[in-house]
Amino acid sequence: MPLSAYLALAALVFSIGLFGVITRRNTVGILLGIELMLNAVNINFVAFSRFHGTAVGMIFTLFAICITVAEVALGLALVILLFRMRRTATADHIDWLKG
Amino acid sequence: MTAEVIGFWTLAVVLVGSALSVVLTKNLFHSVLWLAAALVGTAGIFVMLDAEFLGAVQVLLYAGGVITVVVFAIVVTERLVGERLTQTSRRLLAGTVVAAGVLAELISLIRRAGVNIPRPEMTADITKWMGISLLTQFLLPFELLAVLLLAGLLAASYFARPEE
Repeated sequence: MPLSAYLALAALVFSIGLFGVITRRNTVGILLGIELMLNAVNINFVAFSRFHGTAVGMIFTLFAICITVAEVALGLALVILLFRMRRTATADHIDWLKG
Repeated sequence: MTAEVIGFWTLAVVLVGSALSVVLTKNLFHSVLWLAAALVGTAGIFVMLDAEFLGAVQVLLYAGGVITVVVFAIVVTERLVGERLTQTSRRLLAGTVVAAGVLAELISLIRRAGVNIPRPEMTADITKWMGISLLTQFLLPFELLAVLLLAGLLAASYFARPEE
């Protein structure tokens, strides 16, 4: 398959993730959408790296995957904390900074 | 139809189908399971692109780690609230318009960029090269990554600590 096929697939998955981030009301649901978008970017990295003939982009992907894991762990810890304090899972209800 | 074409389309269908299920399923728990399928599909794409090591990392860290953490969070929060977590979607039209617009722009960009190039032959062993360069050229970021993971996990366990 040519490079553009992989890029198109990644663009499709990215858009689906973006749709999820916009439409989901649950904080965990929004996080899942962000996961999809990050995955699409990783596909792009690996595809460009492979078609360029060097593996530096794959090293970058490795770092991106590990940082995403840390991000998810922190994000879910914040979700659990918000649940304890507010008893809500809906992003719209988290409006403490509203002026 | 070569094996690569068949494999690509199979993985593409699995990936797009499970990604759509992630954002459209009502049940949050099912959403997470579909995300696991999407992540395994991505690992398959990585393997097709000769990045077997990355595929393994993807399955271990993402499909193993992230899914476990998300399921854990759902179970904990359900217990705290005492009711089942269903999720409704809102602004479906706006989401569709924005996502379709971004997709159309990306596709037209890919078309215009002239990246319809075939795959070059890879002679070197990518996994071996990655291992060597991670411990030579990229040693400092590699160690910093370990520090970042430690800090992230400590912060997560601090935030989610039991109430006194």
